[in-house]
Amino acid sequence: MQDLFFYLFAFLTLLCAFLVVANPFSRDPVTSAMFLVLTIVSMAGLFVLLHAFFLAAVQILVYAGAVMVLFLFVIMLLDLKEEQRRRFNGFGVVTGVISIAAIAAIFVKAIFESPAPGGDATPTLEGATKPLGRMLFNDYVLPFEILSVLLLVAMVGVILLSKKDLK
Amino acid sequence: MTVGLEHYLVVSALLFCLGLLGVIARRNLLVIYMSLELMLNAANLALAAFSRFNGHLDGQVMVFFITTVAAAEVAVGLALIVALYRKRQTAHVEDLTTMKL
Amino acid sequence: MDWNFIFFSAVKIVCVIGAVLTMFAYSVLAERKISAFIQDRVGPNRAALPLIGSVPVVGRFLTRLGFWQPVADGLKAILKEDFTPSYVRKVYFWLAPAIALIPSFLTVAVIPFGSTLGNPNNKMVIADLDVGILYTFGIVSLGVYGIVLAGYAANSKYPFLGGIRSSAQMISYEIAMGMSVVPLFLIAGNLNLGKLIEYQAHHGWLICYAPVSFFIFLVSAFAETNRLPFDLPECETELVAGYNTEYSSMKFALFFMGEYANMIAASSMMVVLFFGGWTFPGLTTPADALATGLLHIGIFIGKMLLLMLVFIWVRWMLPRFRYDQLMDLGWRRFIPLALANILVCATWLWWTMK
Repeated sequence: MQDLFFYLFAFLTLLCAFLVVANPFSRDPVTSAMFLVLTIVSMAGLFVLLHAFFLAAVQILVYAGAVMVLFLFVIMLLDLKEEQRRRFNGFGVVTGVISIAAIAAIFVKAIFESPAPGGDATPTLEGATKPLGRMLFNDYVLPFEILSVLLLVAMVGVILLSKKDLK
Repeated sequence: MTVGLEHYLVVSALLFCLGLLGVIARRNLLVIYMSLELMLNAANLALAAFSRFNGHLDGQVMVFFITTVAAAEVAVGLALIVALYRKRQTAHVEDLTTMKL
Repeated sequence: MDWNFIFFSAVKIVCVIGAVLTMFAYSVLAERKISAFIQDRVGPNRAALPLIGSVPVVGRFLTRLGFWQPVADGLKAILKEDFTPSYVRKVYFWLAPAIALIPSFLTVAVIPFGSTLGNPNNKMVIADLDVGILYTFGIVSLGVYGIVLAGYAANSKYPFLGGIRSSAQMISYEIAMGMSVVPLFLIAGNLNLGKLIEYQAHHGWLICYAPVSFFIFLVSAFAETNRLPFDLPECETELVAGYNTEYSSMKFALFFMGEYANMIAASSMMVVLFFGGWTFPGLTTPADALATGLLHIGIFIGKMLLLMLVFIWVRWMLPRFRYDQLMDLGWRRFIPLALANILVCATWLWWTMK
């Protein structure tokens, strides 16, 4: 049953991700954004299968709820109609696909040939919110604080960038 | 065949490659940005899978950090794109080839 | 697989969705009747079913009450011409109403609407998640897509402005809303909504501990559900009808349904978070018989209806905010207030625990 769900969500994730990147029917950025939302939601499904419930919720809350809405907001602010009519750069696409396929082959081969890690195929961890929180505020408290400063800096930067007269 | 670590890693690798393909092949700045998000998400998936199959929570903490950094990065990046668009009236990478605004 | 579990879950899902749909229909009626009362009018009092309407006392009374009005409204929504303007982006135009409706139904899944029906293994909640509240916020944040896509799909100016407004508004108020509930979980120490109710059963309702949280949550809920005084995305005086300008018949009705389903979800959320869910002073143990179980569900629905009344009452008593006032309120008043609230609560807990 779980395996079935894994294959379902993995298929959905990859299909939607493909449609983000190369949708044969539309080159509208809004379509890409909507398929990215679907990718993220199916990835949240994969997280649930990995027993990372907190991460699944955060994934939907932060990515689908905030980041993608920001994307849509910006896409709508910019007038991108003209962009859709551009030709593809054929040479670039072909070489890109070839090189990416090579990289993918290397990845997959590396994954299957590497020695199996310790707890292979016997998942031990029961993902829970409480231990995660404890870990976050004990072992990782310094990165956590630095991250909050990073967010503050990003916020100030964005406000500065959004000012009309950029100096 | 039961689903193990390899399966998740393969999905993650393919997702990463799709994101990379988007960055290389697409010419719209916003779509390129979305492809970057795909790559970050692929890393997240791999980390969560490692965390699950090795019995440590460290991977999940990393995913949490990556998600936060990605949110900050998107905010700054989109602000940059909007600022760029104001100057140049385009979000197409082939039109943004000069070093100076 | 546990077939018993699947069966009971299916029954619960069907019952909950049925209840939400019925409540939607009659909350529209309640809204019309209450607005009529506030504005010194009579409100809907004509619609009658042919046979039942002519039953001597009861039939006339129900007709006066407008009891059959939702039937007439529904028929009208279904039978009107479903018009699709030629210039819209078709796919999104068709998709948007559905996307607007789905999240509000998904939210209801984690809400414990009762204790048990006698069997302690069969809790009255569809999905008893350990991250219940995060799930809710995640799903609520997806609700914005319906409106943004509707604005984008309509391909005309006013809906577009409505969509832009709603995306900014909902993101802004989500922050305040999310931060306003943090004190509750600091106090109760659990993200599971069932456990939260258990805590409130033993220690009293959380609104007594965190009234500021409730205030912020309530106001943010108005903004999140796009209700007056914050219905800027569809502000008639400025934007015609905002994101649903181009919609007609059933598609418009779906948006309408989404708004009311959101309202139902928000009120039930508030009941769970602040008003102790199914508990009531004196009734704090989970039910051990069918009758008490039903009573608990009744208490829950009663509390919820009271909160819906607040929603409706506020809509007809307060004027609409200006957009800059809305943003000012969200970012410069509520977010600092919510942060201060968390800080005070954490300090207090630390002080009392020591």
